[in-house]
Amino acid sequence: MMRKSIFSLFALLLFFNLSLLAQSDIPQVTIKTLEGKPFSTSEITNDGKPVILSFWALWCKPCQKELDAFNENYADWQEETGVKIYAVSIDDSRSTARVMPMVNGKAWEFEVLLDPNSDLKRAMNVNMIPHTFLLDGEGKIVSQHTAYFEGAEFELYEKVKKIAGIE
Amino acid sequence: MRKFWIVFFLIAFTTAEAQDFIDKAQINGSFQIDGQFYRPDDALGITDSIIGGRKMGLNGYGNITYTLGKFSAGMRYEAFLTPLAGFDPLQEGNGFPYLWASYQNDFVGVTVGNFYEQFGNGLILRSYEEWTLGYDNSINGMRVILRPSAGITIKGVYGTQRYFWQKYENGNRGIVRGLDAEVDLNQTIKGWESAAVRVLVGASGVSKYQKDNDPLYNLPENVGAWAGRLNLSAGKFNFATEYAYKINDPSAINNFIYHEGQAVLSSLSYSQPGLGVVLQLKRVDNFSFKSDRRVNGNAVDINFIPPINRTHSYSLAARYPYATQPNGEMGLQFQLNYKIPKGTALGGKYGTGIAVNFSQVNDIVRNPINDTTLVNTSGTLGYTSDFFKVSDSVFFRDFNIEIEKKINNKWKAVIQYMNLHYDIATIEGHAGEPAVKAHIGVIDLTHKFTSRKSLRMELQGLFTEQDEGDWAAAMLEYAIAPRWFFNVADQYNYGHPDADKRNHYYTVSMGYLKESTRVALTYGRQSEGVVCVGGVCRQVPASSGLTITISTNF
Repeated sequence: MMRKSIFSLFALLLFFNLSLLAQSDIPQVTIKTLEGKPFSTSEITNDGKPVILSFWALWCKPCQKELDAFNENYADWQEETGVKIYAVSIDDSRSTARVMPMVNGKAWEFEVLLDPNSDLKRAMNVNMIPHTFLLDGEGKIVSQHTAYFEGAEFELYEKVKKIAGIE
Repeated sequence: MRKFWIVFFLIAFTTAEAQDFIDKAQINGSFQIDGQFYRPDDALGITDSIIGGRKMGLNGYGNITYTLGKFSAGMRYEAFLTPLAGFDPLQEGNGFPYLWASYQNDFVGVTVGNFYEQFGNGLILRSYEEWTLGYDNSINGMRVILRPSAGITIKGVYGTQRYFWQKYENGNRGIVRGLDAEVDLNQTIKGWESAAVRVLVGASGVSKYQKDNDPLYNLPENVGAWAGRLNLSAGKFNFATEYAYKINDPSAINNFIYHEGQAVLSSLSYSQPGLGVVLQLKRVDNFSFKSDRRVNGNAVDINFIPPINRTHSYSLAARYPYATQPNGEMGLQFQLNYKIPKGTALGGKYGTGIAVNFSQVNDIVRNPINDTTLVNTSGTLGYTSDFFKVSDSVFFRDFNIEIEKKINNKWKAVIQYMNLHYDIATIEGHAGEPAVKAHIGVIDLTHKFTSRKSLRMELQGLFTEQDEGDWAAAMLEYAIAPRWFFNVADQYNYGHPDADKRNHYYTVSMGYLKESTRVALTYGRQSEGVVCVGGVCRQVPASSGLTITISTNF
């Protein structure tokens, strides 16, 4: 009985919120910088310009391929749209120490954050990685996708341009 | 109960204030369903009686989070009906194992219900879940997080841990209590704000209470553990270390010895654009910490001892994964990442990425406590161990090199070589079997036809005289980004010492993706092996059949 009630409650809430779903903010969670210092997700901002937020890990090859593809285009993308990329590593304490050397070793130019106990991953309901979110200038989630295949970065960039008002 | 909700909603929707409950709220969630249909397969030795009528397995969950300003609440429904092959049979069941509500502002955060938490590296406390392994040790209780001033975080937790579907009652397992404080010295000490050295210190304590019902031994009912940690970063250098100590805690894992526990984890790294180097060291001595001392399997762990070796992504490279030996191990890991710059002879037009990784884990040295007692005898102190001495017994060694190269606009390549030593007797419990010594090679090529259409080819080889002998694997994947993929793969155990077991493990799969929804179908065979994610591993039996995975997020 209790379960049923809880379920109906959520079903109702869900129903009444459907129109708002596309308007979600990033949840407020404290994660870490590469140096291990606390970092609040409310600091993920970009002065009214779009933000790409991508979940990855050292053991995830497609994630790294996606981020390599972002990195290759990052300078051009920034110049055209001012987009900012945050890559959130969900590596846990077995491999967090290797994240910074690898990020530098690959010469990635965007911001990398650590989510060692998957707190942000859970709060954003990420099932599998790579999982990439696109936020508009107000920090609202406008689109998201999982998996990476060669060339998918161009479709994402089309959306970035649309948000930035460049067709 | 239902009447209550009806009345509740009538009121809720007719009052102006309550409109906020709806209008300003956000709902997010995710769903995942992994289903498998099994079929008998003579070549793999899978008969109807092994399947035993369980022709279908299903693991599914649905997760929903409700947020209204500083308040949030969430729930997760899970169903394992019946669990997929390889999952713990105790997993079978369905219900809501994860229900919580929380309030947080800049100063305080309170959570009631189920939560996940980690102190430092997790050496004395970490609760987390790993869906792909069916692992969940969430704490059911209360958590308070205080941020009294900038740079200071204090956490307190209290509760019991999840043990599959078994409800906590009458002390059927322990109660966990913990406290953690972390201070960023650059934010708290005047004049250090812009110091070149960044310093973070932390300390934590955890205590477990479990009643002693043992007829034989007088066991500690309160087991205390503490840990201290330090993070230093200065320019391109970064140093992090954590030391943890636990009082004697006789358990099924350590064969009921009264030895105290210790664990140390340290890392030193140097990095600059294009170059990264890291060295990690670890020593673990009798450090399994569970909220039920009788449990032997992967469950109710209070702490997490991270294995420090590379987690491989390619299937044959990941065939022999290392799992932490909580009773004792000493290990090190070294990694170098270097990007040969663009425009040089070796770097070419796009640069070349190189990663070199080495890790080795040995046993610790155990000396008898006296002349008449064997090492590790139940009810005794077990052994003495010199902190700095390394045993000659090697559990695991992995040396690997990976080269990544974009050849031109059409072709990309990843090449990997790995040399492995794997003590299968210790790690997988195959007593008496010799350690596996293997060479493994991987070639991963991607060819781009157009900006959206690509073909990926993987070729792998694993060469060994031990265990199941040599393997070869090939895979082709055609993708039309970002929507479709088609994949055919075969793993061939051509060097199996038993000629009848030289099987092909073929799979055919396809998938469709739209935004965050993914639907994938796989038909074929899964070889027996070990699946590890984040330090926990699970044995997967050979299986044959059809797998469907649907996941979505909103």
